[in-house]
Amino acid sequence: MDDVMLNQFLLLSAILFSTGVYGVLAKKNAILVLMSIELILNAVNINLVAFGAHNGTIVGSVFALFVIAVAAAEVGVGLAIVLLIYRNRRSVDLDDVAQMKG
Amino acid sequence: MFAAETVEAGFFLEHAYLIPLIMAASFGLTLAIGKRLGKHASWIGIASIGACFLFAIVANVQWADYVHDTEHAAEAKSDTDDHGSEDTSDDGHGDEDESNSEDESHGDDEEHSIGPVLPDDVGPTVDGETAAARAPPVEAAAPAVPAAEGEEIEIVPITKTWTWWTNGTVEFEAGMLLDGMAVMMLFVVTLISLLVHIFSTDYVAGDRRYTHYFAFLSLFSASMLGFVMAQNTLQLITMWELVGVCSFALIGHWWEEKPNSDAALKAFLTNRVGDVGLLVGMITLFFAAGQTFDIIEINTLANEGAITHTALVVASCCLIAAVMSKSGQFMLHTWLPDAMAGPTPVSALIHAATMVVAGVFMVARMYGVFWNGLVIGGSSINFLAVVGGVTVLGGAGLAFVQSDIKKVLAYSTISQLGYMVMALGVGAWTAALFHLFTHAFFKAGLFLGAGSVAHSVHSFDMKKDMGGMKQFMPKTYVTFMICTGALIGIFPLAGFWSKDEILAGADQLGSGYSAFMVVGTLGAFMTAAYMTRLIYLTFFGEFRGGHHEADAVVSHGEEDHPVDEDHAADPLDHADHSDHHGEPHESGPRILIPLYILATLAVVAGFTNIPDSGVLSWVPEGLALQFEHLFEPRGGYFPSLSEVGPTGVTFAHPKFDIAIAIGSSLVGFAGIGLAYAWYFKGMGPHGITERSKIAKAGHTFLVEKYYLDHLYTGIIAGGVKGPIAKAVNWFNKKGLDGIVDGAGKSAVVGGKFVYNTLDQKIVDRAVDGSGLAAEGGGQAFRQMQTGKVQQYAAILFIASVVLAGTFIIVI
Amino acid sequence: MDFIQDWGLTAMVFAPLAGVALMMLFPKDADETHKLVAMGASLVSAAFGIAVFADFDFDNTGTLQFVKSTGWIDVINARYDIGIDGLSVPLIALTLLITPLVIIYSWNHFPEPHNPKAFLALILVLHTGMLGTFVAQDLILFFVFFEVVLLPMYFMIGVWGGPERQYASIKFFLYTLFGSALMILSFLALFFLTGGETFNMVELANQVQSMDIARGTQILVFGGMFMGFGIKVPMFPFHTWLPDAHTQAPTQGSVILAAVLLKLGTYGFIRVALPILPEGAEAWAPWIGLLAVIGIIYGALGCLAQTDMKRLIAFSSVAHMGYVMLGIATLTDFGLNAAVFGMVAHGLITGMLFFVAGSLKERYHTLEIKRLGGLLLSAPRMGWILGLCTMASLGLPGLAGFWGEFPAILAAYQPKEGLPVELFRGYMVVAAIGTVLAAGYLLWLYQRTAFGTVSEEFEDDENITDVQMPEWIAWTPLLILILVLGVYPNLIFKITDGSIVNVAQSIAAATGN
Repeated sequence: MDDVMLNQFLLLSAILFSTGVYGVLAKKNAILVLMSIELILNAVNINLVAFGAHNGTIVGSVFALFVIAVAAAEVGVGLAIVLLIYRNRRSVDLDDVAQMKG
Repeated sequence: MFAAETVEAGFFLEHAYLIPLIMAASFGLTLAIGKRLGKHASWIGIASIGACFLFAIVANVQWADYVHDTEHAAEAKSDTDDHGSEDTSDDGHGDEDESNSEDESHGDDEEHSIGPVLPDDVGPTVDGETAAARAPPVEAAAPAVPAAEGEEIEIVPITKTWTWWTNGTVEFEAGMLLDGMAVMMLFVVTLISLLVHIFSTDYVAGDRRYTHYFAFLSLFSASMLGFVMAQNTLQLITMWELVGVCSFALIGHWWEEKPNSDAALKAFLTNRVGDVGLLVGMITLFFAAGQTFDIIEINTLANEGAITHTALVVASCCLIAAVMSKSGQFMLHTWLPDAMAGPTPVSALIHAATMVVAGVFMVARMYGVFWNGLVIGGSSINFLAVVGGVTVLGGAGLAFVQSDIKKVLAYSTISQLGYMVMALGVGAWTAALFHLFTHAFFKAGLFLGAGSVAHSVHSFDMKKDMGGMKQFMPKTYVTFMICTGALIGIFPLAGFWSKDEILAGADQLGSGYSAFMVVGTLGAFMTAAYMTRLIYLTFFGEFRGGHHEADAVVSHGEEDHPVDEDHAADPLDHADHSDHHGEPHESGPRILIPLYILATLAVVAGFTNIPDSGVLSWVPEGLALQFEHLFEPRGGYFPSLSEVGPTGVTFAHPKFDIAIAIGSSLVGFAGIGLAYAWYFKGMGPHGITERSKIAKAGHTFLVEKYYLDHLYTGIIAGGVKGPIAKAVNWFNKKGLDGIVDGAGKSAVVGGKFVYNTLDQKIVDRAVDGSGLAAEGGGQAFRQMQTGKVQQYAAILFIASVVLAGTFIIVI
Repeated sequence: MDFIQDWGLTAMVFAPLAGVALMMLFPKDADETHKLVAMGASLVSAAFGIAVFADFDFDNTGTLQFVKSTGWIDVINARYDIGIDGLSVPLIALTLLITPLVIIYSWNHFPEPHNPKAFLALILVLHTGMLGTFVAQDLILFFVFFEVVLLPMYFMIGVWGGPERQYASIKFFLYTLFGSALMILSFLALFFLTGGETFNMVELANQVQSMDIARGTQILVFGGMFMGFGIKVPMFPFHTWLPDAHTQAPTQGSVILAAVLLKLGTYGFIRVALPILPEGAEAWAPWIGLLAVIGIIYGALGCLAQTDMKRLIAFSSVAHMGYVMLGIATLTDFGLNAAVFGMVAHGLITGMLFFVAGSLKERYHTLEIKRLGGLLLSAPRMGWILGLCTMASLGLPGLAGFWGEFPAILAAYQPKEGLPVELFRGYMVVAAIGTVLAAGYLLWLYQRTAFGTVSEEFEDDENITDVQMPEWIAWTPLLILILVLGVYPNLIFKITDGSIVNVAQSIAAATGN
């Protein structure tokens, strides 16, 4: 894989990451925030795989597989929390969940 | 002095220590199962004391044997003196003594063959302690010189000892010391105790504490018997205190009423005051005699002059304090009349016949100490005689103003005890003990007689509730008259002989001591007079009683009980006798029989020491002076009749003096006559106490008992209990506790200073400052924490951007 | 038997602690279990004690037996040295007897706020402390055990005590701690003066002799110990913690306090202070004697002023311990023997008196003497027991109290050579007068509580019952002992004599008289 190809992948990754960051910071819906986190993680995955291919090793792909696994678990736990919050509060609006205010 | 160690004592003599043990067992048994036996509880006590009485009689007979054997052996010895020490004449009667027990009392001792036995299986050999070993070596070496008074043969006391406790190298023993006086006392105590037991079964029948009463009678008998047999002074002290406790318990027998328990307390505390003297005196003797409590050893050493005179003087004076309290001598006598709050049989037993003579007995027991310490018989008048003399008159004086029959008798007892102490003080040892012996019988008789009367009229008040009792109670009357005659000293009743011997003893010392003869004679006069008054008020004149109802409360002694159903305690008003309220009546046999016995003894007891000198020289030798012969100690532990002791005086026996005998009798009759004229005939200046100020003052002085009670209870006891104790308590609270609390408080004040000033204002400021700063910062930063996760994420994002930017720039 | 020889004493001392550990395993509300465990632990301890006594050579009471010495705190040469001789045996026996009886008495008598687990655990810890003090042969070990008893007692008074328990417990604690501080100072001074080699009592005594420590120094060091032990005894004028502590403490606490704790002080004098510092003892003896007789009279007068029965009994301890201290002050075998007997007798008698007072309090809910009366009517057996105890307490011959009192007075006639004889004879007379006062306050107490009629207030009170079963079990051994020791005092004198003679002789030898 040459440098031009690499740049395209990195560009895609940056777009995905920015979209994810926007989603995490701006969306009020917890589920959308979770999805945005997924976007961020997948942006990272693209980076890992792209750099791996670029360097001719499979280390990047292995890391990516790890991240995917962790992300799956994270989504599971995250959705469970969201579900519980919803059950208790009938809402998944993050502004309502501010018990940690000092 | 030779043969004594080879004469065997009888079985009952050697094992006389069983007597108090039997009584102690009786005490335990009565307490344990008495309640279950109900009114039969008394049988334990009666059986025990009866057995002891028989035991004592046999012991007395065996003692007579022992004395005679010793004398004969000594004669045989001096006859065969040339043969040296190998006297081997056979003697079978020792075994005989052991085999025949009570039958022995019939057989006379004279028929025993006599002679020393071989020393290896001799009698008083017990636990490695032989009577012989007790005999002082110095004395044993001296030859037996037949003195003018009769041969001075040592009668070795019978001893038996066990280890009691040890301290370092010193071993203390408990044991028994039997000599004449102890054997005599065994008889007196067991006899009177037995009679009192029998009397009590009627007198306190129905009492709610019937068993306790008999239990304590048993314990008292045990202690008193232990006392007379005490081998050492420590044992003496022990038993001395134990009789005191029994007296306490029995005086306070009806403790529901405060006056009774007050009287009990007073008796015990007054005796405790005397006990200080007893303790100090005995301790002084203990060290002076080289760390021993052994009575014989102490006496022997005192007689040999081995104890310094100072120690002896100190010890005797301390011991006299004990005598004064226990034997009711003047100044410390005040508890004895109050002790009449106890049941009457108890008064007869404890406060007339036995316990109160413990002081006299103690002096007699430690006579070597007193004889040498006070130089009895020396030129100067000694303290002991003075105490006795004052008591004779002081006690008799108070007897005149009492209206309570028991109190008259109590003061009479005090006065008679004064005679005994005086006799000891003038060196008339035997006379003192002889008077003790006779007095025990007739005074017990008088008390029991008074009890019999009171049992019938439910009161002790002669003036209010008696009078004319002669017609109601003729039998009691007769016995009472006999005992009164004996007390007054009418020939030939018991008191005559003993009182006369005391007077003769006081007279023979001459010089200042003759004064005591006068005192004694005056005492006889007063005795006669107050007893006549008592007889008049009780038995003659009109019957004044019967006016009070069954539940009336009268004001004296044990009659203080409100009589109601709850109070079965009242002995004079239990169910059996409830029908007797109106007419006084003669008492039952259980009361009368003891009275008969005591009255008989009041007649005959005097003949045991009938003198054989002067006009009585016709009295055969085997009959005369038996008391002196049998019961007076002979040996190194008693002042010697022949040798001059350290004080330069020899002990002497008073001679019968017809002049004194007649003189005192005349004085006695004068007393009777005068009182007869005053009370029976109403002659003399009656009502003088209202007319004459001096007479009134004198009367008041007597009625107030010389104000001694005010001094003791009011000022001394009240002072100690009240202000002094309170002051100490105040000192404890404010003084000592004040210091402690003060220390605590000042520590607290110091602490507060440190805290408020140093700690809070200086050190803390710095600390506070940093704290405030931290708080302010916290308040500020707290705003950041909104609880909104997205804000956090944003911050996180910005931060990581900044970090990344910095990273890039730096690299 | 080897086990008993080597470890018998240790087992005896620590068995109660094992019991405490066991109790910790059970929940708080398992009352019965706790009672059984505590009882068992004290009985195991007693069993070991009996085994030790059975093996004890009673013909040789002067020598230390069952000696066990192992390293402990090597840095300061403090060792685990234990052993017993004739001096410790009676006191150990007394402790072994008292604690089970107290536990039996507690069976249904737990004071407020109940909590048997804590209460019994404290008693067991106390037990270990007391036994340990009597077996310790090393000063540091002695000190540790001596202090171990402090804390349980503090809690006992402070938690289960009467209305003014806090004041009393803090006073008790601080007072004793103050004395202990001076005492440990003295111990350390001794340690360093003798070259810092050992804390063993016997060796220290030898070293003090061989190194010829100056008399002035001895007096000073003795002074420290005097404060430590004297406060515990307690001697006049350091006694003021006692009435408060006794009055406020629960019955069980009072009994243990009177029966055993006070003896730690006098035991300390005889075991530690006198043998190690004979010259100091000689210099202090007249003063100790003086304070003792002041205590006798003062305590008696204090008693006469009391209106509360328990406080009166507490005050009488001051007087009785005065006799013990007088005996000690004479420095003779007579006096010291009397002192040991006095300790045991006082333990039995005053312990009994506190038991009775506690039971009365439970029935009448007051101990104000004025309101009592007629005990012999409402509870005759209890009245008799109280009577016996008062008689024993006032020193009636034939009961145990006499043998602590009389020989002490006797000994004062002739103190150790070198002490002022006239002064001590004066003490003797004062002490003898003290017996009158003792009779006065005790009989007065008895008259007002037992004699007379029951006051209206309590006339029909069903609460006032006669002696109950646990009380019988707990009291009978004490009553029997009071009687038996009174009749045959040799039971104790024979045991103590050997070691006492040793102490007296070593003092005589060291002071050159």
